[in-house]
Amino acid sequence: MNRRTFKSTQWVALFALGGLALGGLDATAAQAADPSAIAAGKAAFEYHCAACHGRERVAGGQMLPATASLALKYKGAVPAALEDRRDLTPAFVEYTVRHGVAVMPFFRKTMVSDADLDAIAAYLTRNNAPASAAAAAKSTAGTAGK
Amino acid sequence: MLPPGIDANTFAAAIAAFKEAVGEQHVYTSNADVALYRDAYDIQWGLPGERQVSAAVAPTSVEEVQKVVIAANRYRIPIYPISTGMNLGYGGSAPNYSGSVVIDLKLMNRVIEVDDKRHFAIVEPGVTYFDFYRYVQDHGLKVWIDTPDPGWGSPVGNSLDHGVGYTYMNYRDHFYSHCGMEVVLPNGEILRTGMGALPGAQTWAEYHYGIGPYVDGLFSQSNMGIVTKMGFHLFPAPEAYRSGTVFAPRRRDLIALIDEVNYLEHSGTIGQPNYGTPLRAVAQQPAVRAVMEKVGGPTDAEFETVAREQHLPCWSCQLQFYGAPGVIDAGWAYAKERLAAAIPGATFRDDLSYRFPLTHEQELQIPHKPSLGVPNLEMFRSRSPMNPKPTDGHVWFSPLIPKSGEAVLEAQRVFGEASRGVDVPTLFGRGNPYGPLSTPQTWMYRAFVLISGWPISRENPAQNQRVIDALRHLVQVGAEHGWGEYRTPPAFQQEVVKTYSFNNHALHRFHETLKDAVDPNGIIAAGRYGIWPKHLRDKHE
Repeated sequence: MNRRTFKSTQWVALFALGGLALGGLDATAAQAADPSAIAAGKAAFEYHCAACHGRERVAGGQMLPATASLALKYKGAVPAALEDRRDLTPAFVEYTVRHGVAVMPFFRKTMVSDADLDAIAAYLTRNNAPASAAAAAKSTAGTAGK
Repeated sequence: MLPPGIDANTFAAAIAAFKEAVGEQHVYTSNADVALYRDAYDIQWGLPGERQVSAAVAPTSVEEVQKVVIAANRYRIPIYPISTGMNLGYGGSAPNYSGSVVIDLKLMNRVIEVDDKRHFAIVEPGVTYFDFYRYVQDHGLKVWIDTPDPGWGSPVGNSLDHGVGYTYMNYRDHFYSHCGMEVVLPNGEILRTGMGALPGAQTWAEYHYGIGPYVDGLFSQSNMGIVTKMGFHLFPAPEAYRSGTVFAPRRRDLIALIDEVNYLEHSGTIGQPNYGTPLRAVAQQPAVRAVMEKVGGPTDAEFETVAREQHLPCWSCQLQFYGAPGVIDAGWAYAKERLAAAIPGATFRDDLSYRFPLTHEQELQIPHKPSLGVPNLEMFRSRSPMNPKPTDGHVWFSPLIPKSGEAVLEAQRVFGEASRGVDVPTLFGRGNPYGPLSTPQTWMYRAFVLISGWPISRENPAQNQRVIDALRHLVQVGAEHGWGEYRTPPAFQQEVVKTYSFNNHALHRFHETLKDAVDPNGIIAAGRYGIWPKHLRDKHE
């Protein structure tokens, strides 16, 4: 049952898997191109994720907590706000929501439904350009994990 | 996994009955789905004591809850209700009794009524504070909610676990400010409490008691039924807010400071006071640490020498005022007058001032949003240059102490010595979780909590075990001084309940008597806050 004891090597594998999927273009790009899925995903992201992962600045000009955390983690290698990323894969988004990372818990299907999660993944991968995404995935893989 | 004592055929029949009750799509049995009901902040993560789930069922109506409970009774299946399951740090979505089926009420998410003339609401368990807030905003209603920090939980679940918030007087005590509930009893019958017992009642969420014995408390931190609706009294939206801080120069000024702030708070002049010490900002300096971490604690003279050398006062307290602009300005002037008279050398600072409603941009800039009833998740700012690897969550140790300076100074010393040398990082850095600079939390209207947060790690069970050992020791030390916890994670509930032992545990035995009468098959939330059904009592107490 230690499914969440996720080692950094596994994160590398997941990123690599995402990179391969993006490199093959097709399913991810097609899904991301669906405007209704992206609109639904934007709404679902704002409802479920934006309180931690949003772009807005709060008191003192601070980033929201998860955005601030990713800014410290990646040090500018990728955008801190998930909505600005171009290297995420649906598999990575879905894995993270269902398994959690550090202080971020995992979310049950009564909280974030499979349909909402698919839509969020479509939204967060909407700007992916396959070639650059694969390269970006490689560049961040080494710093992935907690 | 199967529920303990239930064979595979019986469990399969129960699952079929649950599916018939709520629909197949709302019964979760796969390993992946069931794993989502683990407690993400379980201090026993991955250890033999970790609480596991056998299945989950998500009803969408009170009628479906009834059917599920009746089926659970028929097959003797242990069930564990959750509202939103976000009571992280105090148990999350996992049951006390490993192998239980979780009854997940998240899909019961209707705001049934909000009245901004009589200032109450009625909501279902799956409504989060974010949902509640959006509903009020979207409908332009002139009421505030009182939200905990973080705001991802539910008013129903939070109040049932005696959760707390940050605004004015008793609104901060979420169970105290509830009014009326609907409960599915272990036999599947629906009970409405208080005025709700009167068919067609017009004041269910306004007058607590109805007629006869008042029973709502039996359903909080308990296992006597499944709450499916609750009423809450709401704070009328104030026109304005302001805050100001008083600084007290000497260590023993804490006594007069708390006495005066108690007066201002209990007479309704201020909302939640926020105690602190400016010395916290220099606490990591070696010279300061040497004094503050001295065995037995520093003398007053040593403490004040540090303050003088740092050019800092010993204590601060932020006061918050809610109401009409002229009234709160007068309240602040009155508070300064009283405090200046009681504390020679006290100084004051004007802080924030707002007129409502705020724009979205203004709202974003509020430093502590729950003080103005705005739910958020900003407390999860866990990664920093000083803490590059955040924890996997936390548990809380939450002893209640009296609202007096003498009690705070004594509890600082006692818990500081009791936790000295504990070899775990604290939630916000290294060092002793308690010491001469610990200041009380003031969520409860009539008591302080000298809380400490402790990290959990999903990769370091040895550290988790040291946390468990440390907290068990602190529970006992606190009880020896008359300080009991108000709330605790499942790993400690049995031990904390045992400390409430007046007259040979008369209160606990009374709870058990009620449990046996109300839930003779012992199906609901076995073990929650130490209340085990008769057939499991010998194994667990």
